[in-house]
Amino acid sequence: MNDSGNPILTLALTFGVMSLFAVGGANSAIPEMHRVAVDVHHWLTDKQFADVFAIAQLSPGPNVLIVTLIGYAVAGVGGALVATLSMCVPTAVLAFYVSRFLRQRSHSRWPAIIQAALVPLSIGLMGASGLILALTSDRTWAAALVTAGAAILASTTRLNPLWLLLAGGLLGFAGVLG
Amino acid sequence: MSLAGFGGVLVFARRGIVEQHRWMTADEFNETFALCHFLPGPNIVNLSVVFGARFRGLAGGVAAFAGLVGPPVVIVTILAVLYAHFGQVDALRRILAGVSCAAVGLLISVVFRMMMPLVKRRDLVALTVMIAVFIAIGLVRWPLPAVLLVAIPASLAITMVVRRRAAS
Repeated sequence: MNDSGNPILTLALTFGVMSLFAVGGANSAIPEMHRVAVDVHHWLTDKQFADVFAIAQLSPGPNVLIVTLIGYAVAGVGGALVATLSMCVPTAVLAFYVSRFLRQRSHSRWPAIIQAALVPLSIGLMGASGLILALTSDRTWAAALVTAGAAILASTTRLNPLWLLLAGGLLGFAGVLG
Repeated sequence: MSLAGFGGVLVFARRGIVEQHRWMTADEFNETFALCHFLPGPNIVNLSVVFGARFRGLAGGVAAFAGLVGPPVVIVTILAVLYAHFGQVDALRRILAGVSCAAVGLLISVVFRMMMPLVKRRDLVALTVMIAVFIAIGLVRWPLPAVLLVAIPASLAITMVVRRRAAS
């Protein structure tokens, strides 16, 4: 936290801008969060970033909450609130106006085209999120196996994701992951 | 509702809005969700605001937003305080490391699920765009805004050209 200037202001600007580029949801912006929080500002270490992701996934509620945790790490409760609001409010306002605009002009073919164009982008972004998080969390072969196992179980069964998270936590506690 | 959604609120949101309260028909819900999916930002937050605003205007939007985001933020902030105090405890470090391994696996499975329709349709254009974004962000680590300011117009243009050809 040896940034010059006000950290709260930096948080607001960073996440306010980021929210407008988070095509496909908060998980798409994880590579950018990692780049900004770990590489640029050194707010968190790699390990802390992986922990924060884990806590956000364990918590109830929308997965945008990872931003709340990063904000807290930077500037306490105020940072948590500012980061969360900056990540949510700009796009919520945008969504509000766009939905009103679209309702006045129905049968437009633009929404379908925009959606078709953005879906591959958001999948690519989320894939990049998966890669970056795998690099930060999977330090050993055993850890990589847990990730692969969770990915396969979640893709092939209808198991509640919470059980997979808990199983990962238990394996970690048992010290299997080194 | 906000607290029910471990690992994502969408399923619960749909159940509550469409099935229990019949505030929206399934089609209206899908339409609103599609809209919020192509807008940037947290989908479900956008969905809640659009949904609330449709009923009670601005006040409805704000109320839905506060209801969805407020309680989880309080909980997560408490967790953040705990983490700041106990994050160095060895057992907790090991547990969190295990949880994050599993959580990454879940994220990867979501990516595969979203990718399968493109693979099945042999949609080479979409898959190329997807891989290009993956490389630019995941491997080269370019900043997100720069990548998207190029990728969004490019992808839009390609999609339009492809559709025009398909139509003619």
